[in-house]
Amino acid sequence: MIPIEYYLILSAFMFIAGVVGVLTRKNAIIVFMSIELMLNAANLSFVTFSSFLGNNIGQLFVFFVMTVAAAESAVGLAIIIALFRNKLTINIDEINILKW
Amino acid sequence: MTQYIYLTVVLPLAGFLINGLFGSKIKNEKVIGWIGSGAIGISFLIVLSAFFQTLGLPAEERQHIVSLFNWLSVGSLQVSIAYQVDQLSLTMALIVTGVGFVIHVYSIGYMHGDKSFWRFFAYLNLFIFAMMNLILADNFVLLFLGWEGVGLCSYLLIGFWYDRKFEKSTTSDAAKKAFVVNRIGDFGFLLGMFLIFLTFNTLNFNEVFARANAMHVSTTIYSFIALFLFIGATGKSAQIPLFVWLPDAMAGPTPVSALIHAATMVTAGVYMVARCSILFASAPAIMTVVAVIGLLTALFAATIGLVQNDIKKVLAYSTVSQLGYMFLAMGVGAFSAGIFHVMTHAFFKALLFLGAGSVIHGMHDQQDIQKYGGLKKEMPTTYKTFLIAAIAISGIPPLSGFFSKDEILWSAYANAGFIYWFIGVVTALLTAFYMFRLLNLTFEGKPRYDAHHVHPHESPKLMTVPLMILAVLSIVGGFIGIPEIFAGEHGNNFHGWLEPIFANAQIRLSHFGSHTHFEEILLMAISVIGAAASIYFARHIYLKNQSIAENTSAKFIGIYRLLLNKYFVDEAYDKAVVQPIFKVSESFLWKITDVKLIDGLVNGTASVIDVVSGKVRKLQTGVAQTYAVVMMLGIVAALFWIIYSL
Repeated sequence: MIPIEYYLILSAFMFIAGVVGVLTRKNAIIVFMSIELMLNAANLSFVTFSSFLGNNIGQLFVFFVMTVAAAESAVGLAIIIALFRNKLTINIDEINILKW
Repeated sequence: MTQYIYLTVVLPLAGFLINGLFGSKIKNEKVIGWIGSGAIGISFLIVLSAFFQTLGLPAEERQHIVSLFNWLSVGSLQVSIAYQVDQLSLTMALIVTGVGFVIHVYSIGYMHGDKSFWRFFAYLNLFIFAMMNLILADNFVLLFLGWEGVGLCSYLLIGFWYDRKFEKSTTSDAAKKAFVVNRIGDFGFLLGMFLIFLTFNTLNFNEVFARANAMHVSTTIYSFIALFLFIGATGKSAQIPLFVWLPDAMAGPTPVSALIHAATMVTAGVYMVARCSILFASAPAIMTVVAVIGLLTALFAATIGLVQNDIKKVLAYSTVSQLGYMFLAMGVGAFSAGIFHVMTHAFFKALLFLGAGSVIHGMHDQQDIQKYGGLKKEMPTTYKTFLIAAIAISGIPPLSGFFSKDEILWSAYANAGFIYWFIGVVTALLTAFYMFRLLNLTFEGKPRYDAHHVHPHESPKLMTVPLMILAVLSIVGGFIGIPEIFAGEHGNNFHGWLEPIFANAQIRLSHFGSHTHFEEILLMAISVIGAAASIYFARHIYLKNQSIAENTSAKFIGIYRLLLNKYFVDEAYDKAVVQPIFKVSESFLWKITDVKLIDGLVNGTASVIDVVSGKVRKLQTGVAQTYAVVMMLGIVAALFWIIYSL
């Protein structure tokens, strides 16, 4: 049996990769994908704990997260398309007019 | 009817509310005018029946209190709305409602066609309401309510024609001046009230006077109380040094001058001194002050009246002068003589003002007597009534002015001394002179107006009938106070009627020297002959030999200018009081306190927030990733805190 630490370390790496992607990449779609990566890192943790603790609630949570993530990606992609149509760019450094 | 006396307060208030709230909707002048006049007329009838009812009672039972409800109840201060019906208040109430009613009726004619007819009657009724409160009050607080109320109505009515010019400024300025000067007096009155409450622990008249009679209080306290009250009286009754507002008050419509600034409101100070006679009698020094101020005011105003050319100005200074007589009477302890003069003066001075109003009405708002002349033919009724009033005020027997004025002069001689009498007589001669100067320049001689453009006409019945009523009163009004030496055993009726009110004060004064009847008749003869001579001179100078007047004024040009400019009192007050206040207000209160301090605080707070937020808002960069970094750092910090605090 693979020890629980392996799963959790993998999950942590995935999460940090997501965070770094969100903070550093300029392409909105890449940022978006990084967010999905973070969500899946969380899902992995849920499943791990569910399996090790013998509690199915964790599995249930994962389904919810995936549903919400699907809805979120639909809305998010729609926003990105709308943005692109207006500004002809999806570089988030150039989308910065919401300020003082 | 005594128990219904409160109706005399309620009815004018109702008239004020009806005309004030719905007057602009009613529009019909007759209806508005008769609502206003009717309220006062019914009040007069109530007062009259209360008077006769009281007259039928023995002297000890003539004082009643009609208590309505408790008004203020603060600690030991209990103030109720209660009306005192006694000899003094009934006398004053008869004058106010009687003369007031006549003037109301006159106003229907005088104000005909005015765009704010209803407002005028609303104000007049409000005035009577306040005045009745002042007179009938059974405590100082209610008196003060009326006192302030009449001041307010005076202000409203002086500035009634707020869009008209008056002398160098506007009627609003004259109204403001009257109000501010009155406020100075009111301040003194308030201080007097505070001191009374501090000393006697009550503000109810009967209690205060009973305690003043029984308790031992030092003369110093009495002096301060009397002095403060007298300061209030100088403001309301236009005495030196606060008389300056009354001549300017002539900016108001003429019926207002007759009602408020001649017959009723300005006598409120005299009434108040008479009501508090025991307090004044306990402060002999202040009694002297009152007498001297009254005497000086009488002389001072009479000299100014000699040379004024505005018909209403002459009458205004005459009023100030006559009020001076009343205070002279108060000061020498002749309280009932003073009230007697209040009454006769109300008749003939109201008549003079209404007559002047009739002339002004007929001459299309011309008020300069140099542009009148020969109006006798065009305005016979006005002329005759004016003549009666002029004779009455000059003190020619048997008209009313003679009895009241001579009684004051005699009391001044008997109680205070020769010099008081002498100055009083000089003033009486000046009075006779300027009244007949006014009469001759207005009604006699040749017309000096432009007959092509001005067509003088007699006023309508609505105005001349009130004149006739007042003329009759001016003639017969004196007979109720025929002096003892003529009346024989009965003594002076008017004195007998008022005596119980002033009995305690008279005991305190007790300075009646013994004087013979011969002296009294001699002094009387001197003043009558003097007045007759004055009238003759005035007639001679202004009808036959106008050059005498011109030569005299040219010869004494300095004095003439001094008098024409009213001793430059207004200018002196302007320099000494008004300008400094303006300067301090402008340079310190406005430019430093207001602009720098208050505005500085408000604007300073705003600009501090402006500067700080200008810096802080830069944090909001609009770059989403910056926010994400901050958020992440925050979450990390929160995690650390949670982990390490566990």
